[in-house]
Amino acid sequence: MNTANDATEQPMVRFDGVTKSYGALTVLDDLRLDIGRGEKVAIIGPSGSGKTTVLRMLMTLERINDGVIWVDGEPMTHMEKGGRLVPADPRHLRRVRAKVGMVFQHFNLFPHMTALGNCIEAPITVLGLSRREAEERAAELLDLVGLADKKEHYPAQLSGGQQQRVAIARALAMRPKVMLFDEVTSALDPELCGEVLQVIRKLGSEHDLTMLMVTHQMGFAKEFADRVCFFYQGKICEQGNPQDMFAAPQNERTRQFLRAVMDSV
Amino acid sequence: MGLYSLSAMLLAAVVAIAIMAVSETFAIFVPGLLQGAWLTLQIALLGCVLAVTMAVLAALARLYGPLPLRWLANTYVEVFRGTSALVQLFWLFFVLPHFGLTLEPFTVAVVGLGLNVGAYGAEVVRGAILGIVPGQWEATVALNMTRWQALRRVILPQAFVAMIPPWGNLFIELLKSTALVSLITLGDLAFRAQQMNQTTMKTIPIFTLVLLMYLVMSLAITICMRLLERRATRGLARGRSA
Repeated sequence: MNTANDATEQPMVRFDGVTKSYGALTVLDDLRLDIGRGEKVAIIGPSGSGKTTVLRMLMTLERINDGVIWVDGEPMTHMEKGGRLVPADPRHLRRVRAKVGMVFQHFNLFPHMTALGNCIEAPITVLGLSRREAEERAAELLDLVGLADKKEHYPAQLSGGQQQRVAIARALAMRPKVMLFDEVTSALDPELCGEVLQVIRKLGSEHDLTMLMVTHQMGFAKEFADRVCFFYQGKICEQGNPQDMFAAPQNERTRQFLRAVMDSV
Repeated sequence: MGLYSLSAMLLAAVVAIAIMAVSETFAIFVPGLLQGAWLTLQIALLGCVLAVTMAVLAALARLYGPLPLRWLANTYVEVFRGTSALVQLFWLFFVLPHFGLTLEPFTVAVVGLGLNVGAYGAEVVRGAILGIVPGQWEATVALNMTRWQALRRVILPQAFVAMIPPWGNLFIELLKSTALVSLITLGDLAFRAQQMNQTTMKTIPIFTLVLLMYLVMSLAITICMRLLERRATRGLARGRSA
C-alpha cells in the first residue's frame, strides 16, 4: 500500500503491524508504514496522536508491544533464529540501530563537552575512530551546519538554534542512513527556527539520507517532504504528497486539524 | 562562604596554632598533638578513598547490577547506615578475631570508617545519577553508545558535579568520626588530647589546640571541595552567566 522509491528495493524502514500501548492506553495501533530509501516523510497530527512515539520506537527509545520494525532490509526489534523472528538481543539491536540517528526537541547536547566534543564523542567511543579522524569528520559537519567558528563553545554558550545545529552535526557524525527529527524547532524562538530548517533543507538536497520528521511547521512540511502522514489517535488517518494533502485533504479529521493549525498561524 | 573568607579562616587558625607552638603554656603539647593529628589525617584520607570507591560501586550495583549484586549492595548500605560507626569499629576489632581474622588497628580504622561513610555516599552517588535528565540517556542511545559508555562518558561526569557538595559534608563527617578510633587503641588526635589531659589537667590549652587542629583539617577539606566544584563546573557555569 505504501510507496517505495524503487519497487524492487527493500524499503529503508518498515513498520510491520507495530503496536505500542501503556497499560490500557493504546498509543499506536497496528502501524503499517514503509519508508523508501532517501524518502523525506513528515509526520503531522494533534498532540497525543502517537507521532513522536513512531520516532522513539524507531530509535529504540520505546519498546514495542507487537509487530516488527525493519531497517534497511533486516529486522531491528527482532532477529532471525532457527527460521523465525525472536526479540533482538542487545548486540543485534545495537548493530541495526547504528543506521538510525535522531535529533531531539530539546537538543540533549552533552553540557560538559564543547560543540566539537559532542560531535567526536560517539565516533571515538562507539565507532572506534582515532581522535584525529573524528575531529576531521566533526569539523566538516560543523562547517556544514554553519558553526565552524563555534567548535570550542560549550552548549550553554550557544543559542538554541546553534545548539540544535550542533545536535544535527553530532547525529550525522555517526553516518546514519535514517535521520529522525522530533519537533526540532518546537523549543526554539521563532526567529531561530529558520537557521535550523535551512540546515535540514540543505541535508535533504545534498544527501541521500532517509528523513523522518515530526513537525508542526506545515509550511516546511509542504515544501520539503515527499510524503505527509497525518496521525490521529494512534493510526495513520491520511497520507499522500503534501501538495494534494494540504490543498484537498480527503479525511474530515485532517481537514479539521489543518484548519485549526492554519488558523493559529 | 566564599573561597577568600574560607582561606582567611584557615590562615587564622594556622597562625593561632603557630603562636601557641612558641608560647610557654602551650608549647609542650604541640608536638604530641601534631603526631596525633597526622594519624587522624592519614585515617581520614584513606577512609575517604575507600568511601568513594565503595559508594560508586554500591550505587552502580544498586542501579544497574544483576539481582544478587543489587541485593548485596542493598545489604551493605542498610547495615552500615543502620548501625553505629562505633559498634562497627568494635565489631571489626574485637569480634572478627574470633572468626580468625585479626586486623591491625589502623586497618580497622580505615576500613570501618570508609565502609561506614561509603554507605551514606552510595545514596549520594545514586541520587546524583538519577538526577540526570532522561534526555541525556536518550541522546546516548541515539548515538548507539552502550550503557557503560554512556555512564562513563556522559552520565557520571555530570553526576559528579552534583555530588561534590554532599561529598564535602561526608568527608568532614568522616574526619570527625576518626575520634572514635581512640577507642580501638589508636593514638589519634583525640586520644592524645585525652591522655595529656589526664596527666597534666591542662584542659584549656589542650582542647583549644585540638579544636583548632580539627578546624584546620576540615577547612582544608572544604576549600579543596570548593576548588574541585569550581573546576568541574567551568564549562557549565560559564554559559549560565552568559
